[in-house]
Amino acid sequence: MRNPVFILWLCVAAALTFGTAKLIDNPYVFFAGYVVLQYIVLSTGWNILGGYTGYVNFGTAAFFAMGAYSTVVLHKTVPDLPLPVMIAVGGVISGVIGLGTGYLTLRLRGTFFGIATLAMSVVVQTLITNWSFVGGSRGAYVVRPDTTEYFGIDYIEYLFLLMLALSVIAVGVARAIEKSRLGYGFATIRDDELAAEATGVPTLKLKLLATALSGGFMGMAGAPLPYYVTYLDPASGFSLSYAVNTIAMPLIGGTSSWLGPVIGAVLLGTLQQVATVTISSALSLLIVGLMLVGFVILAPKGIIGWFAPKGPRK
Amino acid sequence: MDLPLDLLGNALVSGLLLGGFYAAVTVGVSISFGMLDIVNIAHPAFIILGSYIAYICNSTFGMDPILASILATPAFYLLGMAIYHVYDVSFERRGDSGLRGLAFFFGILFITEVSLVLTFGVDYRLVEATYIGQSLHIGPIDLPFRLLVPFLISLALMGGLHLYMSRTFIGRAIQAVAQDPLALRLMAADPSKIKRIAFGMSIATASIGGAILIIIQPVEPSIGRDYIGRIFAICVMGGLGSFGGALIAAMALGIMESFTSTFFGPSWSPAVSFGFLLLTLAFRPSGLFGRA
Amino acid sequence: MSEALLTVSGLGKRFGGFIALADIELEVAKGERLGLIGPNGSGKSTLVNCLCGTLRNDSGSVRFNGRVLDGMKAHERTRLGMARSFQLPRPFGTMTLAENLRIPLLYVVQLRGAVPNIDKRCVELLDLVGLADKAHQLPTDLTQIEMRKLELARAMAAEPNLLIADESMAGLSHQEVDDILALLMRLNEQQGVTIIMIEHIMRAVMHFSQRLVVLVAGRKIADGNPADIVRQEDVVAAYLGS
Repeated sequence: MRNPVFILWLCVAAALTFGTAKLIDNPYVFFAGYVVLQYIVLSTGWNILGGYTGYVNFGTAAFFAMGAYSTVVLHKTVPDLPLPVMIAVGGVISGVIGLGTGYLTLRLRGTFFGIATLAMSVVVQTLITNWSFVGGSRGAYVVRPDTTEYFGIDYIEYLFLLMLALSVIAVGVARAIEKSRLGYGFATIRDDELAAEATGVPTLKLKLLATALSGGFMGMAGAPLPYYVTYLDPASGFSLSYAVNTIAMPLIGGTSSWLGPVIGAVLLGTLQQVATVTISSALSLLIVGLMLVGFVILAPKGIIGWFAPKGPRK
Repeated sequence: MDLPLDLLGNALVSGLLLGGFYAAVTVGVSISFGMLDIVNIAHPAFIILGSYIAYICNSTFGMDPILASILATPAFYLLGMAIYHVYDVSFERRGDSGLRGLAFFFGILFITEVSLVLTFGVDYRLVEATYIGQSLHIGPIDLPFRLLVPFLISLALMGGLHLYMSRTFIGRAIQAVAQDPLALRLMAADPSKIKRIAFGMSIATASIGGAILIIIQPVEPSIGRDYIGRIFAICVMGGLGSFGGALIAAMALGIMESFTSTFFGPSWSPAVSFGFLLLTLAFRPSGLFGRA
Repeated sequence: MSEALLTVSGLGKRFGGFIALADIELEVAKGERLGLIGPNGSGKSTLVNCLCGTLRNDSGSVRFNGRVLDGMKAHERTRLGMARSFQLPRPFGTMTLAENLRIPLLYVVQLRGAVPNIDKRCVELLDLVGLADKAHQLPTDLTQIEMRKLELARAMAAEPNLLIADESMAGLSHQEVDDILALLMRLNEQQGVTIIMIEHIMRAVMHFSQRLVVLVAGRKIADGNPADIVRQEDVVAAYLGS
């Protein structure tokens, strides 16, 4: 299936999703759905660097929170800026940070890169916590309007729609990469970086590109967050649950294609939303951790590995 | 800036003592990462686990936390061996230790932390012992026992490990397995078994590390994460696998953090270790002292 | 005498205290067939790694096609026209054989000009080494010998001016050795590809090489006509002990 056709189908699916949510007429669906969609974008973004290229990023929180906090800054300085623009800015900032981190650390082996991302996450968190303009450790309040000017829908529905659009973009880009020359290049880095370099693949350049793309998407996923939660503090913005979920979802769904992160995000995201209201949020996180470890040990190819025929990836 | 000397002196001493403690919590990773090439980022979680076990023994039985941790060491050792076995079978033998191995330990870190939250809640816990709260005074310098005792225990731990590594057959086999598993096999030692023992020891040190941690500061489940950066920063800076290098790097880090905390405020401390780690990784990945 | 395609001067490489290569001087003419031999551990693969940029040499310099290569990354050298096969095969494990060959086509050949019908070209290249029937299988399904052939095919796919074949024939049967020799000969004679062959199979090296270079303990001890070299005292001593 060619890419433009695929994106068309994605848009159809998105429209159906929104329509169904509207029909159910329960605002909670939009609140919960936003979180699941956010994880689709996070997981898909993460997977570009993690699954396609083989470099694990533990510092999801940093990119995600960077996106959120750039919105806080914009909200305080240019509050009339439309949210889509803020999202784009958040994405660019996170992308640039991804690039910077990558440049410092991508010359290292994969395991060192993983540790470096964790380190960076804490550094960024410490910087934000000490920055009083965005509220520091006390947090920042962002007032959410009741309705928007567009079609008179509720703001939460507007956020849901934006995240839906981001999901379509993220998945579309991921699939386009997967089947392209770039995707092949990423895969060689994952399989054998030394051989990739010897076969003519500019590995450093590609790794930087993957890091920037991945960081950018994760930043965009975080950008609308302040409007969603209306109160943002570093403890919640940098919560470890983002890092674990962003890793668990692609690993459980399957890292070799765009479908894995989507399955993982929908499955785990929904599971957690249900668990949070029925049992407790801490327990639901425990379940995520257990599933992550379980799948990593027993089903390394993830859920899509159960259905894909044994053999080549195409 | 007018630096008051006694403030400076105390910051220096606290830093040194803190550094000694950092070395003790790092020595386990020095073994698992430095010698076995296993990126056990869950190590801090086991340290926190050790802290909580010391806390339970202390609050329920009034036992000295260090004594409790020594008694718990065999359990930690077995736990370490079990985890290594799972890791070995699932990843190392499949030759796929990269992404999935890291995710495995990340998952364990998370599971341990959340389990502790579910069991104990997020309140800070601390221990009580006769020596906490007292200090040794040498001139203008204060040596609080709550830092001094852990420091001495750390030195004892590291000294003991160093002797074990250089004098016993298994200790030397562990050093050998890092360098040449094939040669080890030819000497009739099974690399897998040696690595299992080493990893068990690595986790066993976490028991003691946890006890001295909770002596130094109150503990709650999530502080493990602050230690990931410190521990790996020390390992990398000190040169992988070198205990002496780790000790020196740990003290350097302790002093840096102490100064930052004294003169800029404690909320900046995490940035010190992680920032230093990033810089080290970026510019000198083989560490200040060690092999690549 | 054709001009030198590759010039190596004073090349040295050490690993800590161990000197892997010392003071290597080498010239390879365009279109030449050079054999590189030496006992195990003499530094042959290290030399290849330094030439191709996989390792950075500590001293000396490499000139290729008129360009000084020092500091150039491996992928840039491959794009300049230098390709190598790995002594221990390093296939891309999650890709089919055809896809493995696609990589140099996408990342090296396509940069010089569009490649019509890439899929067909991949299978053609596989056919040259006799692996066309396994084009859509994964490298895990291959034998060691087939993996070596894949290595060679992948290096050839980059359409190099200089091809370095590092022990591509290890373990091959007599007929298979002949097949690969014929392939390399064709590559050299019909397409003018300069070839450096590193081998332990003496009859292949002797048959193939116009010139022979001998490496022992990181130093070049002989360089010249194959028939003369193999009778040289120090060469014989290196292999058989004195």
